[in-house]
Amino acid sequence: MSDFPFLDVVIFLPLAGAILIGFLPKANVAALRYAALIVTIATFVVSLGVLANFDTADSGFQLGSNAEWIPEWGVGYITGVDGISLWLVLLTTFLTPLSVLASWSVTERVKPFFIFLLALETGMLGVFSSLDMFLFYVFWEVTLVPMYLLIGMWGYEKRIYAAMKFFLFTLAGSLLMLVAILYMYFAVGGEPTFSYQELLGTPLTLDVQRLLFLGFFASFAVKVPLVPLHTWLPDAHTEAPTAGSILLAAVLLKMGTYGLLRFAVPLFPDAAREMVPIVMALAIIGILYGALVAIMQKDLKRLVAYSSIAHLGFVVLGMFVGTIQGMSGGILQMVNHGLSTGALFMLVGALYDRRHTRLIADYGGLAKTVPVLAGVFLFVTMSSIGLPGLNGFIGEFLILLGTFFGYRWWAVPATFGVVLAAIYLLWAYRRVFHGPVTNEANAKLPDMGVREWLMLAPVMALILLIGVYPKPFLDRIEPAAEKVVSQLQDSSMIPGQVEEAGGP
Amino acid sequence: MDLSTPEIELLGIAPEIALVVGALFILIVDAIIGDGDNKWHLWILSTIALGASIFFSVQAWGTTELQLGDMIAVDGFATFVKITLAVFGLMTVWLSRGYLHRDGIEESEFYGLLLFSVAGMMLMASAADLIIVFLALETFSLALYVLVGFRRTSLLGQESAMKYFLLGAFSSAFLLLGIAFVYGAIGSTQMYGSSAAGASAEGISTALVSLPAEDFTLLVIATGLLIVGLGFKVAAVPFHMWTPDAYQGAPSPVTGFMAAATKLAGFAVLIRLFDVILFPLRSDWRPLLLGIAVLTMALGSILAVVQEDLKRLLAYSSIAHAGFVFTGIIASSDRGVSGSLFYLATYGITILGAFAVVAVLGGRDERRTRVDDFRGLFYESPLLAGALTLFLLSLAGVPATVGFVGKLVVFGAAVEAGYSWLVVVGVLASAVAAYFYLKVLVVMYMQEKDAGTELTGSETNKMGTGVIALAAVATVGLGLYWSPLIDFAERATFFFSAG
Repeated sequence: MSDFPFLDVVIFLPLAGAILIGFLPKANVAALRYAALIVTIATFVVSLGVLANFDTADSGFQLGSNAEWIPEWGVGYITGVDGISLWLVLLTTFLTPLSVLASWSVTERVKPFFIFLLALETGMLGVFSSLDMFLFYVFWEVTLVPMYLLIGMWGYEKRIYAAMKFFLFTLAGSLLMLVAILYMYFAVGGEPTFSYQELLGTPLTLDVQRLLFLGFFASFAVKVPLVPLHTWLPDAHTEAPTAGSILLAAVLLKMGTYGLLRFAVPLFPDAAREMVPIVMALAIIGILYGALVAIMQKDLKRLVAYSSIAHLGFVVLGMFVGTIQGMSGGILQMVNHGLSTGALFMLVGALYDRRHTRLIADYGGLAKTVPVLAGVFLFVTMSSIGLPGLNGFIGEFLILLGTFFGYRWWAVPATFGVVLAAIYLLWAYRRVFHGPVTNEANAKLPDMGVREWLMLAPVMALILLIGVYPKPFLDRIEPAAEKVVSQLQDSSMIPGQVEEAGGP
Repeated sequence: MDLSTPEIELLGIAPEIALVVGALFILIVDAIIGDGDNKWHLWILSTIALGASIFFSVQAWGTTELQLGDMIAVDGFATFVKITLAVFGLMTVWLSRGYLHRDGIEESEFYGLLLFSVAGMMLMASAADLIIVFLALETFSLALYVLVGFRRTSLLGQESAMKYFLLGAFSSAFLLLGIAFVYGAIGSTQMYGSSAAGASAEGISTALVSLPAEDFTLLVIATGLLIVGLGFKVAAVPFHMWTPDAYQGAPSPVTGFMAAATKLAGFAVLIRLFDVILFPLRSDWRPLLLGIAVLTMALGSILAVVQEDLKRLLAYSSIAHAGFVFTGIIASSDRGVSGSLFYLATYGITILGAFAVVAVLGGRDERRTRVDDFRGLFYESPLLAGALTLFLLSLAGVPATVGFVGKLVVFGAAVEAGYSWLVVVGVLASAVAAYFYLKVLVVMYMQEKDAGTELTGSETNKMGTGVIALAAVATVGLGLYWSPLIDFAERATFFFSAG
């Protein structure tokens, strides 16, 4: 174990980079781009240190620090990662340099763009690493502002509407969480504190737990998003610039599922157990609804956006079925979705750069003009569908298996979701890449460039690695997953309530 | 010391005296020096007067007693409010300098009146007698009526001054009637009652102990009337009607000063009255204040959504913020009082910063105060846009700004006191409020600038720009590390108590 504070450096390195970029000349676009790229790659390299020093056997929090911040108020700077957040931190640091690469096509106002992007990265990393409710809330909200500006300033036609909707939906949810946090703060007894680990296990009556769970759930369900709170997502994803879409889908949505797992369930286990059927129903509705709506989309980005709703439904389903397979699958699927959907947004962005349209109808027969791009697209599509041998399969299989163990019949509609995913993705693929070239504009397009290879090759490698050899990933996830599962099953907190919510 | 003549101790009102003397001195000096083009002496003398009043306020720190015939309370609470008011005054003076100079209305009267009004507000904080409350309130109000209409050539300014004056006089009548009822109930207008043993003077505090419960009826009616009079000054719904008009018509530095300082002064009396003196009657006044708090938060936020003028928008937002402060008062605990003080101090700095941006960018005669006038500001002047963004996010309560901490402390106090539902109303109002703050961000960041308009002004108002920078640093700095200020506010909850 090294004493170097890898995690804290990872969190604040991007912010330092953002400040640095603030001092670079506005006109020197290349310098700005490379500075952002170097900072994000450096962050990724440091985050590998977190991975290397991570103790697989330990199910608790590691590698963090614990410092006083506002001692009078019980606010501390407490960080740390466990098997759940480790992969989300790495996913973030891995995808941000790639989104910087994807942002080479940004030519206007380059300087603020990268400043906001790097500030966003610090916010996201902070969310996944904070073990103090106050710190967590600060990071949680702070991610909103740069993302709001990224969508609003560099997005497409309806960007202002989308940015506003994104901000207000998330804010309304998280403010309710704030009330719940404040309640917890005073309910803990003794010296008030925001420390997550001290708040864990605060005895609360079931009625109070229900209300507080709803407060947290409101915030996280908007972020995931669970139907019916999902309406901001298609707009935000579609209107955001490519880098925004990548990070929004790959990382920001995971903040919601992560929050459910880290806070909503462990803090209020009894209420969570009671809510399991409702949450599962919402997840299944999300899987089917997202898939069905995705089939009908005319806009490629919107299609991918709706597919996210379906995929996140799987993640939530896996987390709440109360079996270790489901939980591990759910956590792994967060990473998988980040990779596959991130890559899909990169590819849609690449197509947009070539043709300046997102409509499926404007394409057709691209397999002839850009064969390599078509091949890569197919690879990523297959990963998203869940083809065995690629990452999506491992996650979805584990989730379905876990669901089958826990709630046999719920697995049936969920499996339909996989079939529907094949329909909307393959049908879209066929319309874009196969058939004759009907539109003159599609006849002559450049194929994958070096920059695009640099962007996509690492993602593809990981997709394949997780698909073929997921053991190193699952090894680190499982101890933490077991802990949460036991909280979902354990009913010792309230004597007299012995009803089992599920389990094999 | 059983003498009937009061002991003359000036420590308690030394800050006010410093300001009044300073104001008079400014008027005289200006009359002697005459009409120069560059009236730098005005702001320097004002700064010295305000600095002196801060010095005297600090001297009183640690003293807890009634002075001047039990009319003036000298305690930590008063000191906190006085120092904060002086800081607001300083920011306003520095901001006004360039503003007045640009518009060609840099008169000594402006600074004099400003200092008078600060003095009146300070007196509010240490008033221990309702008559003093009334005197103090009229002192600062009369000065403000003139300051609001200081742009003599502006029709809007005239209208708003008139409106403010008429409605202000009306509300003062309510306050006076409330004081009369108090006198009718207990035969005195004192808050605490005499500290000396065997003295005949009765105060509200002592009366609540000694009177039988059925005699409280008059006091409860008086409480209602006092809420009307003071609610007007802090712009609480339904006594808020004057706010948008007065805020829009007043010169922007004055508007910022009113939003920050008038609120603080009004709330200082409200806090002392309700959370200390009338604390035993809290079951009677809490429902009233709860209703006012809910209405104020909700209406302020909702009505701001449709505003197209930035000053009006901020006016409605200041109404909503009065509602947030009420949640701390309703908690009526140490945490509630210190939270309210913290909120008022930090809100004041933020809103002064926001109005400073309007003052600097508004152009001569404030031609540009519509939200749409700030189109593309980020591209024209990224630093000013960034500062305004900070202020707006702070007003919206986004973390890492001091506005979030302020909401956290008052909401926390309300949750602790068992008013979680009120906090839910509060956060929902904040969510609505976020919409109109974001609307301004949309204009600044996401829309192109109109050809022909120039969004500059930082060259002509360097001191104003400095005030903006100060406020921005405070907004972020205190947002990340608020220990010193909350510590100060917590120690300031040490009131003079009737014993």
